[in-house]
Amino acid sequence: MKMFKKVLSLCLVAVLSLSVLTACGNNDSDVFKIGGIGPLSGGAAIYGIAVRNGAQIAVDEINAAGGINGVQIEFNMQDDEHDAEKAVNAYNSLKDWGMQILMGTVTSTPCVAVGVHSSADNLFQITPSASSANVVKDNDNIFQICFNDPNQGYGSAQYIGQIGVMGNDGSLVTNVAIIYDSSDVYSSGLYDTFIKEAANQPFNIVATEAFTESSNTDFSVQLQKAKDAGAQLIFLPLYYKEASLILAQAAAIDYNPVFFGGDGLDGILTVENFNTGLAEGVILLTPFIASSADAKTQAFVSEYERLHGEIPNQFAAGAYDAIYVIKAAIEHSGATHTMSVSELGDALKVAVTQISINGLTGENMTWLPTGEVNKAPKAMVIVNGIYVEL
Amino acid sequence: MSFINYVINGVSLGSIYAIIALGYTMVYGIARMLNFAHGDVIMVGAFTVFFGVSMQGFNPFVAVLLSIAVCITLGITIEFIAYRPLRGAASSLVVLITAIGVSYFLQNLALLIFGANPKSFTSMVPLNPIRLAGGQIVISGETIVTILSCLIIMISLTAFIKKTKPGQAMLAVSEDKGAAQLMGINVNGTITLTFAIGSGLAAVAGILLCSAYPSLSPYTGSMPGIKAFIAAVFGGIGSIPGALIGGILLGVIEILGRAYISSQLADVIVFMVLIFVLLVKPTGILGRKLQEKV
Repeated sequence: MKMFKKVLSLCLVAVLSLSVLTACGNNDSDVFKIGGIGPLSGGAAIYGIAVRNGAQIAVDEINAAGGINGVQIEFNMQDDEHDAEKAVNAYNSLKDWGMQILMGTVTSTPCVAVGVHSSADNLFQITPSASSANVVKDNDNIFQICFNDPNQGYGSAQYIGQIGVMGNDGSLVTNVAIIYDSSDVYSSGLYDTFIKEAANQPFNIVATEAFTESSNTDFSVQLQKAKDAGAQLIFLPLYYKEASLILAQAAAIDYNPVFFGGDGLDGILTVENFNTGLAEGVILLTPFIASSADAKTQAFVSEYERLHGEIPNQFAAGAYDAIYVIKAAIEHSGATHTMSVSELGDALKVAVTQISINGLTGENMTWLPTGEVNKAPKAMVIVNGIYVEL
Repeated sequence: MSFINYVINGVSLGSIYAIIALGYTMVYGIARMLNFAHGDVIMVGAFTVFFGVSMQGFNPFVAVLLSIAVCITLGITIEFIAYRPLRGAASSLVVLITAIGVSYFLQNLALLIFGANPKSFTSMVPLNPIRLAGGQIVISGETIVTILSCLIIMISLTAFIKKTKPGQAMLAVSEDKGAAQLMGINVNGTITLTFAIGSGLAAVAGILLCSAYPSLSPYTGSMPGIKAFIAAVFGGIGSIPGALIGGILLGVIEILGRAYISSQLADVIVFMVLIFVLLVKPTGILGRKLQEKV
């Protein structure tokens, strides 16, 4: 018995030391190992699943065409349930797997938590959709495919003020109300810059109403106040779940303003059983439209539909672009899969600021060394249940 | 005019809290346990209707009855499998933790079956809204049905407890479980009946909640469940009229606080009122002080 225990413990030691060795050594496999992190279950799963599916399409395309400089890609997506702690755990298990580049994370709060570790490792990280300004702040290894929140709020205020929106009463919108989620970093980020830029624009903010995560079902008060204040347009820097409730409750009190939102509203038409008539006339700034006539977009949309039976949203498109940005950066820098994580990080973070990409989510996308993307926002309006470019 | 709108909305929201709070308060009054899975039974009720009407095309009335039946069965099953084996032997803390476990189980089961995407719920109320004062006050059909259902449920439940034998048995078990058993009352059966009634009401509350706020996800029941638990404590846990008063007060304070003080601080105001009431009257508005028998 004693002998058996000794042998067993020796075996354990051997196995453990082996795993330590593999964890810190250079990549000795013959592929690029790209990791992904995002919510595949839980309340934000719709985003993470879309990112996984979109990225996988790009990876399969690149591999079928011969890989990056002849080297195949291996993609491994881990679940973080939109939770910062679980995202860090996922990061660590991907590191053990041998991850060299991270495509993620999908949502902002986990991305900030993971960013601390990836910047310590100098690992090249590109997020398709984590849009908080804090994601790239102080981290020179992290880049965004999506607009960051300040830019979206700023862009929305500029759009309403400069290009102008026709109100449902037939006159140009001058009275604007805001309903935002003060407990959410995305929503309050958009709100902050919208309100700041609105001061320079020729419209008035007549009502500013907040809610929090624990009171996100009843919006009767906020809508009643906006109605009483005579708002012709309501700015909704929200995700589509709350927005769908707001649209229904506004209709219930015979209130018919223009609703204007950021990319968080993308997905509202795919809510199961949703009366899309309620969303008629909703305007949103989003980088991607599935119904676009662009050939690349059409090819992606039909492939996604064939594999997953639904129309991809901008998260899927952003992830698809992210993989191609990684490919372009590797090709531009001449980096190889045998480089260590830090060497790859140094090469790619320079290369990405020197390339320009025509992707699904923007033409001529370029990146600043700070990590922010440079591309033009597109405004869409929902007409007869589909997005139409304004 | 806005004030009247706010009050009507507050009473309507409060009525939903009150119906949910009944489930908490009855189970607490009789089994002396906090059934934290109650909020998720609401979600199951709403999903049953969603499944019936929107996915299978059932008649709404049939779907509502089906939903009540499913929730009653679920409530009885939960009680039988998760809570009954722990009764008596274990401390109340163990039952509480089990209840939280059941709550997570139901949420994740719904996540597995229906997915995380929020669904839009088709209102089960066929009434048209009533417009008063030249369209300045709009009372939706859901609001009217919610308030009426709350009143009907309260009146019939009170009558059931006062006038019928099973109702009297419930009262007796809540007074003294041991003595009730000695007098020939089937304590386990009475507790099962309580769970059945509470869960049936949860189905009704779920349908009303999702008709008024038409978004349905596996987490739909958790926040209203917590608010209703607060309403039950506020009104005096264990007291049925207390649940009504606590629920409606909570709804009205929440809406008026949001309207006139700050939309962001609505919950802070609700909890401050709760703390204040509990400081003055620790058993809640209608709660009775229990003599601890040693």
